[in-house]
Amino acid sequence: MTGLADRRPEEDSVAMPRVSFTENLKRHVDCPPQDAAGGTVRAVLENVFADNPRLGTYVLDDQRRLRKHVTVFVNREMIADREGLSDAVGEGDEVFVFQALSGG
Amino acid sequence: MTDAFHVATRKGLFRYERRNGGWQAGAPAFLGEPVSAVLTDPRDGAIYAALRLGHFGQKLHRSRDGGTSWEELEAPKFGAEPPPPSPANAENFEADMAARKAAQTVDTIWIMTAGGADQPGVLWAGTLPGALFKSKDHGESWSLVESLWNVPERAKWFGGGADLPGIHSVHVDPRDSAKLTVGVSCGGVWKSDDGGETWRQAGQGLRAAFLPPEMQYDPVSQDPHRLAHSGDTVWCQHHNGVFLSRDGGESFTEIEEAGPSVFGFAVATHPDDPESAWLVPGVKDETRVPVDGKFVVTRTRDGGKSFEALSNGLPDGPAWDLVYRHALDIDGTGERLVMGSTTGNCWLTEDGGDSWICVSTYLPPIAAVAWA
Repeated sequence: MTGLADRRPEEDSVAMPRVSFTENLKRHVDCPPQDAAGGTVRAVLENVFADNPRLGTYVLDDQRRLRKHVTVFVNREMIADREGLSDAVGEGDEVFVFQALSGG
Repeated sequence: MTDAFHVATRKGLFRYERRNGGWQAGAPAFLGEPVSAVLTDPRDGAIYAALRLGHFGQKLHRSRDGGTSWEELEAPKFGAEPPPPSPANAENFEADMAARKAAQTVDTIWIMTAGGADQPGVLWAGTLPGALFKSKDHGESWSLVESLWNVPERAKWFGGGADLPGIHSVHVDPRDSAKLTVGVSCGGVWKSDDGGETWRQAGQGLRAAFLPPEMQYDPVSQDPHRLAHSGDTVWCQHHNGVFLSRDGGESFTEIEEAGPSVFGFAVATHPDDPESAWLVPGVKDETRVPVDGKFVVTRTRDGGKSFEALSNGLPDGPAWDLVYRHALDIDGTGERLVMGSTTGNCWLTEDGGDSWICVSTYLPPIAAVAWA
């Protein structure tokens, strides 16, 4: 996985957000780390799922809300808006999709 | 008659086949994952397995080679509501968000049923939260049966042992594929004569001991745990009793004595002999274990006039197994039954329950069993 530290400084100013998924999701569906454009968690994730719709059904429910036992961080912050996914994402931010410890 | 069956467990799907005079399991599928329902389509042999992943939602897989390989299909789901409102410009933001939070998502695929022999590719799926879905293309795509979802009485449906109501029984009349019967916990019995275009409440005569006296015969408030059909006869293991219908589930009469107790989840009936039925009793709703720790199957051969407790081959000592509603299945011969328990034990009979063999005592908790 390529993290922020691996990027050259001149790339940071134009870097798209980077999205990574829990290892446990890889058992079910292909989900490599990838860059995706967007200014909100919604925009970033929907850009990822546009190319991989099946992955979207694992992370979002029928109403495109975050599944109850999935959690998303932007850098070190857990997102607040689990329904609308309106939390802001900036250039070069890292978006992590994890499974919550509930629901296991 | 098939020589294979599936066991859907908390931690994978197990297929047993008769080999060398015994029943042997192959390699498990979906190891570690909760399997909520399994169906072998009698029309083409395809196997469907529904998963309820703890984190990632309900999933549907199909095998067309007897379980050797699987492909994931799009699972039944509700249509997405409009996008969420923006806090900046929506006057009714809070109300809109509340409505959005209430918008539905499929929690569990609880039962899958093949359509009629004259309906290749048609499948039905009953789910929590009480929604019925239909596929016309071997499970490739699904649509909500809105005619049932929109019945006004659905507002009175409620969860039984779960937060959400659920459809657990879907019966397609083998004599007329347009005639459907659905069982809901809790929402009673529903019937359609036109392939699901319109629905009506059935299940008159069911009694709900868990409600105030004046509501006990309200057909929409009933908790049928499982329905089993043989011709026009329908056996119902209900939350607080055993009931029998002779008119396809329109009306039921209560059977007040049925062996050790009348509480349980599972029921099976003989495909050609509606007087024969099997139940697996527990003490009662608040004590879901065998009476006195004596695990038995009860059987009637006379339409519920009498029951016998079958125990030959079942545990001698105290046993606390509970058999869930989908964890007892009878095959086309009417003499072979397989059952699995919450304790991970699996038994099988080939003589109508006179004697049982233990297939395994080491399985994960069992949600469903089904002849292949």
